[in-house]
Amino acid sequence: MTVAVDFKNVDIVFGADQAGSLALIDSGATRAEILEKTGNVLGCAGASLTVHEGEISVLMGLSGSGKSTLLRAVNRLNVVSRGQVLVKDGDGTVDVVTCDEATLRRLRQKQVAMVFQQFGLLPWRTVEENVGLGLELAGMPDAERKERVHRQLKLVNLDQWSKKYAHELSGGMQQRVGLARAFATEAPILLMDEPFSALDPLIRTKLQDELLQLQAELKKTIIFVSHDLEEALKIGTHITIMEGGRIVQTGAPEDIVLRPANDYVRDFIANVNPLSVLTAWNVMRDRRDLEESTDGWVWLDRRKTTRFKIDEHGLVAAAERDGKPAVWVSCTDIEAQPEETAQVFWATPGTSLKTVMLAMHRSQTAPVALFDDQSRFVGAIGIRDVLSAVLRR
Amino acid sequence: MDPISKFLVAYKIPIGPWGKAFFGFLTDNFDTVFRAFSNSLNFLLDGVVDGLLLLPPVLLIALIAVLAYFLQRSRGLAVAVFLGLLFILNQNLWKQTVETLVLVVAAAAASMAIGVPLGIWAAHKPKVYRIMLPVLDLMQTLPTFVYLIPVLTLFGLGNAPGLIVTIIFVIPTSVRLTHLGVTSVPKSIVEAGEAFGATKRQLLWKVELPSALPTIMAGLTQSIMLSLSMVVFAALIGAGGLGTEINRALGSRRIDLGLEAGLAIVVLAIVLDRMTRIGVGGKK
Repeated sequence: MTVAVDFKNVDIVFGADQAGSLALIDSGATRAEILEKTGNVLGCAGASLTVHEGEISVLMGLSGSGKSTLLRAVNRLNVVSRGQVLVKDGDGTVDVVTCDEATLRRLRQKQVAMVFQQFGLLPWRTVEENVGLGLELAGMPDAERKERVHRQLKLVNLDQWSKKYAHELSGGMQQRVGLARAFATEAPILLMDEPFSALDPLIRTKLQDELLQLQAELKKTIIFVSHDLEEALKIGTHITIMEGGRIVQTGAPEDIVLRPANDYVRDFIANVNPLSVLTAWNVMRDRRDLEESTDGWVWLDRRKTTRFKIDEHGLVAAAERDGKPAVWVSCTDIEAQPEETAQVFWATPGTSLKTVMLAMHRSQTAPVALFDDQSRFVGAIGIRDVLSAVLRR
Repeated sequence: MDPISKFLVAYKIPIGPWGKAFFGFLTDNFDTVFRAFSNSLNFLLDGVVDGLLLLPPVLLIALIAVLAYFLQRSRGLAVAVFLGLLFILNQNLWKQTVETLVLVVAAAAASMAIGVPLGIWAAHKPKVYRIMLPVLDLMQTLPTFVYLIPVLTLFGLGNAPGLIVTIIFVIPTSVRLTHLGVTSVPKSIVEAGEAFGATKRQLLWKVELPSALPTIMAGLTQSIMLSLSMVVFAALIGAGGLGTEINRALGSRRIDLGLEAGLAIVVLAIVLDRMTRIGVGGKK
């Protein structure tokens, strides 16, 4: 996978005494200590993060954690004190920290677009004039610009509103205009600074869904700042948690939920519903960890209620539950099966934990087996695995 | 007197003589420059006034009413402007009104032309504004009569010194309001401009100025109003117009003449104010 944005040891300090602050950062000082000794504000320190093409990388943290600061380093709205921010530019990369003004402008016009929390629309301009802003600044001829703006407005279902002024629209629509403005430049990298935080919850959910739909089609690289973990888990392919200007943990959403790096992250995820993130794969016990029985039989659960006979190809040859032969049935067909015969449900690794739990409920707490896409047996989920995942114990 | 006060008085700082010497130096060395400037300005202003007076008053009034309509797209305003100016004509003050109008418009235009760029500069450079601020305060608070004297010695009598005095008094307003307008452009839209790759010039023309326009236009309206308030002072150093009438009324204690000319100024003020209210209060 190609790297789209690469932060390398980025330090950002706001204030006059840059050298003094950087020395303090090196000695591991906290933001409060740096403020006290130099009067400077630490934006972020030692931030390293690689964002690949097509990812939605979410920067998370409480306000003041440095997440927006780091994001804004990508298009140099914040000046980096030390370190590199490498941004993909055609076939090469550009270090935004050191590049000249002309290169920076070209990046901002063609490579990196941005969506703002407060929308940042120009109130004296109509919707279409707002959407065309980036293209206008890049000097695109009128006719071509109008054509492209119109196409963008169609994409976000705003074409009937093109002649309205930005301030005549509702918040949700204004942010759609903000999105269209960013998409209009066709920049492959999109910076989104808490774009949905100012919207009410229903509209927020709707716009998140729209963003995911658009992303499925357009495959941008998105760096998304949010303080809402549900939002991060919903849209992020990767999540980075920041605290006090430093990165605490980076990983896939389920990594963050299952293996929080420290108490800060644990507090952060305390109120998250794990069912919305976890999949069967995250909670299963691997086949090799299961207890062997005789003649190639394997116990699926610790209580030894259910066992499979596995053939040499890794496929299930026979199933037994409570000593009687059983059939194995996909979780997705729960409703279709009669309940007379003993059943063992199976799922694929990507099945949501919720579905697995439903299957357990149906089968009166029998374990659920996991098959890979060639129907090979890869592991099992017992009731205890589910409980420990949900309770994060 | 106590000794300290006596001491202080004995060593008076010669501000007055220094100022006098400075202006003496200017008149001695650059008199011809100032006079030439003053003469050509007088010539220009008088020419415009004479030109406008060539038109039949009713025609000129109708033209101004039409202009009012095009500026504000309001038929009611055009009618009000027409009637208001007819009232002035009816008071037989038309010639003086045209002289005042030319002076006021010229002063407001000049102060915007100088003040707006200064205001933008100050908004972009806080240090410049800190230096500018006391100068602006001085220009606004120094009693008008005080700078009438040097302006009179440098530029002589006539419309030109009247115009210059008015500009000095009015510029701070357009500088301040432009500065206010540009510095209060919301940060989010400035950043939006930057994030999409605006050059400094594009940022100014496409983001900052449009956003500051209502405030800058309020500056124009204020400039016009303040110019009108200077008309009486300008008349003291030979600028013509309604101010001359008022000074004459004061000198001869004529209530009737003062009332007529005063009302004419009020009507002119209202007309100009309503005509120049562009962009105030959002979109038109």
